[in-house]
Amino acid sequence: MSSSDLNTGESLRITGGTLFDGEIEKENPGLLIADGRIAAIGDGALNAGADKTFDATGCVISVGFVDLCCNLREPGTGQKGNIASETRAAAHGGFTTVCASPETSPMNDSGAVTHLIHEAAASKGVVRVLPIGAITRGLKGEMLSDMAGLKAAGCVALGNGSKSISNARILRRCMAYAQTFGLTVMFSPENQALAADGYAHDGQVTTRLGLLGIPEVAETAAVAEMLLLAEETGVRLHLSQLSCARSVEMLAQARQRGIRVTADVAMHQLAFTEAKLAEFDSRFHVRPPLRSEADRQALVAGVETGVIDAIVSQHQPHDSAAKQAPLPATEPGLSSIESVLSLGLELVGRGELSRVRLLQALTTGPSGILERDWKLAEGSVADLCVFAPARSWQPSPQTLTSAGKHAPVLDRELPGRVRLTLVGGCEAWAD
Amino acid sequence: MTANDLSPNHLQLTRDGQLRHFLTLDGLSRELLTDILDTADSFIEVGERSIKKVPLLRGRTVVNLFFEPSTRTRSTFELAAKRLSADVLNLDISSSATSKGESLSDTLLNLEAMASDMFVVRHSQSGAPHFIAESVTPGVAIINAGDGRHAHPTQAMLDMLTIRQHKDRFEGLKVAIVGDVLHSRVARSQIRALNELGVDEVRIIAPGTLLPRDVEDLGCTVEYDMKRGMRDLDVVIMLRLQNERMEGALLPSEREFFRLYGLTQDKLALAKPDCIVMHPGPINRGVEIESSVADGPQSVILNQVTNGIAIRMAVMSMAMGGQMAERQQRQTDNKEAGV
Repeated sequence: MSSSDLNTGESLRITGGTLFDGEIEKENPGLLIADGRIAAIGDGALNAGADKTFDATGCVISVGFVDLCCNLREPGTGQKGNIASETRAAAHGGFTTVCASPETSPMNDSGAVTHLIHEAAASKGVVRVLPIGAITRGLKGEMLSDMAGLKAAGCVALGNGSKSISNARILRRCMAYAQTFGLTVMFSPENQALAADGYAHDGQVTTRLGLLGIPEVAETAAVAEMLLLAEETGVRLHLSQLSCARSVEMLAQARQRGIRVTADVAMHQLAFTEAKLAEFDSRFHVRPPLRSEADRQALVAGVETGVIDAIVSQHQPHDSAAKQAPLPATEPGLSSIESVLSLGLELVGRGELSRVRLLQALTTGPSGILERDWKLAEGSVADLCVFAPARSWQPSPQTLTSAGKHAPVLDRELPGRVRLTLVGGCEAWAD
Repeated sequence: MTANDLSPNHLQLTRDGQLRHFLTLDGLSRELLTDILDTADSFIEVGERSIKKVPLLRGRTVVNLFFEPSTRTRSTFELAAKRLSADVLNLDISSSATSKGESLSDTLLNLEAMASDMFVVRHSQSGAPHFIAESVTPGVAIINAGDGRHAHPTQAMLDMLTIRQHKDRFEGLKVAIVGDVLHSRVARSQIRALNELGVDEVRIIAPGTLLPRDVEDLGCTVEYDMKRGMRDLDVVIMLRLQNERMEGALLPSEREFFRLYGLTQDKLALAKPDCIVMHPGPINRGVEIESSVADGPQSVILNQVTNGIAIRMAVMSMAMGGQMAERQQRQTDNKEAGV
């Protein structure tokens, strides 16, 4: 395909390569896309006429990736990015759906803001945007938000962004009220009192560099509390961005007890450790912090065994000033959505993770949590990406589409180049 | 992962291993540390002359960039720079630019425009001197005068000089550091220096709330009981205890701290008879140290202050030397490349 101009109404045939339908990888029997849907797979696709064809030899054709945690920075001041720039970055990363964090300005704690996000996404976004609503007003952890109103406006789940709810009674009521409407709650587990003023994993590097640590127990104590409250209230709980080995263990045990709980991990937690801060590199100031190598390995194993359902980008684009300061004074977060696939393929290349689990954790894992059934099957919506695992690219201010240029890797080539991203059959990215 | 894998040497050393900045003792070799001590020794003699100046930094501008208040460190840096014949500009940033909302990067750009050759930086945030060293124009040397809880390398080196003056060697020594190690940049740099210089044991004496996690990984042993910890000591270093530690529920009271961890004549008597007593200052009499010990015959606290000037002269002249060598190298490279 000569790219750039696949409109709805035009049909596209994709031949060659490997097909990942959401469950397994197989040889691509031929794929025909018409009217925004998968019109045919196999002989039907090969025999029918098509306006364009795409030769995917050497590529993987996958269900589009789904990100449960992404900051699009809109509404906001625009300095750190907006829905146009960040959904384009998502498409560059192979994502066809992103969940928008409620941490916008103003925060998404009312139906009006949700509508605003929907409108901006419809007019300027190139991938699907599913807003997550704030579960407490202003994310302050004090008063319940209008949950029913947020649901009616189209929020797919509720959460408290990166903020914790320090009062357990309020957390319990948040869960009970959300459960009334069948809403999934997504929490990034962190005990505020234990995390205090910390900004790095309390371990070898903080001890040596005199950085303020966030102890592991700041996460595990919160995980324990949330699991017990979820068990009691019966709410569907999703734990966002786990960072500790012990959390994975607790999650597995809770599942065995039958608690309705799912979890995700950010790709940078699978790829990096606390050692990244050894020279005060503020890019790797993230929250939860990068932890030890043992934690990293346990998180990768958690994805491989399926205890962790989804991998997220936790994309946090910033303007350069936000990272241009001594590490403790910088803002947390990486501009990560364009590198998720590549970092995942490096784990696959090192034999730490199977490619099929990587792809499941980027597709059916997260879509299952959102109760969506996005697969590559005849008749389903044509949300897909085509990537060349063996072809490389180098993230740089020029090659990154996001307004945030602080990508986790900037000094070397990465495997995995996204060649085509289709959303509802429309081209969102073409290499 | 060892300390050396994580060392920021590419930042503070030139290609041939000379100091270019002085940010941390991590990754610096015993030879280099000894070189600093020997150079400082040669400068002590300068302080004893009637004309206390050498022309090593003549024509250079040194800016004391203090984002945190300090009397002793700043004045010894100022004296050191002046004895090296540099022009000195003292900037108390805590009360000027940053309080008007200017970012650190912008403050630096303005100072560089004044053609400074060296910044001596004190900052409340760990890693601030690294950040500055990474962002300044090549040719400007950065000297860390204390950053957050991270490092205070000139303080640690002046302590090493003091120990060497009194004990002649480091091998075989048992050294204790007592008190608030958690919040102490001085202790982190001291532990590193003592290990590199080859002492027999670095012992930390403190309650659990004042210890960083896995502090043993830095190369020390931990003792909760001070009376047991004082045994066989050649050197005891007391750390300053900040008053606000009571508020954070790290300690119950100053009185209890003094009873358990304050250095008294009785406790000092448990160490070797020639054990020296050190303190980076300013001291809290009656909190971490008894007056009679601070002023007693085993105390070398005032020697430390004198040595501070010599150490700072050594580090400043060595870093400037490294920068000059590198500048010449760049010019040669450019000539060869035909630029």
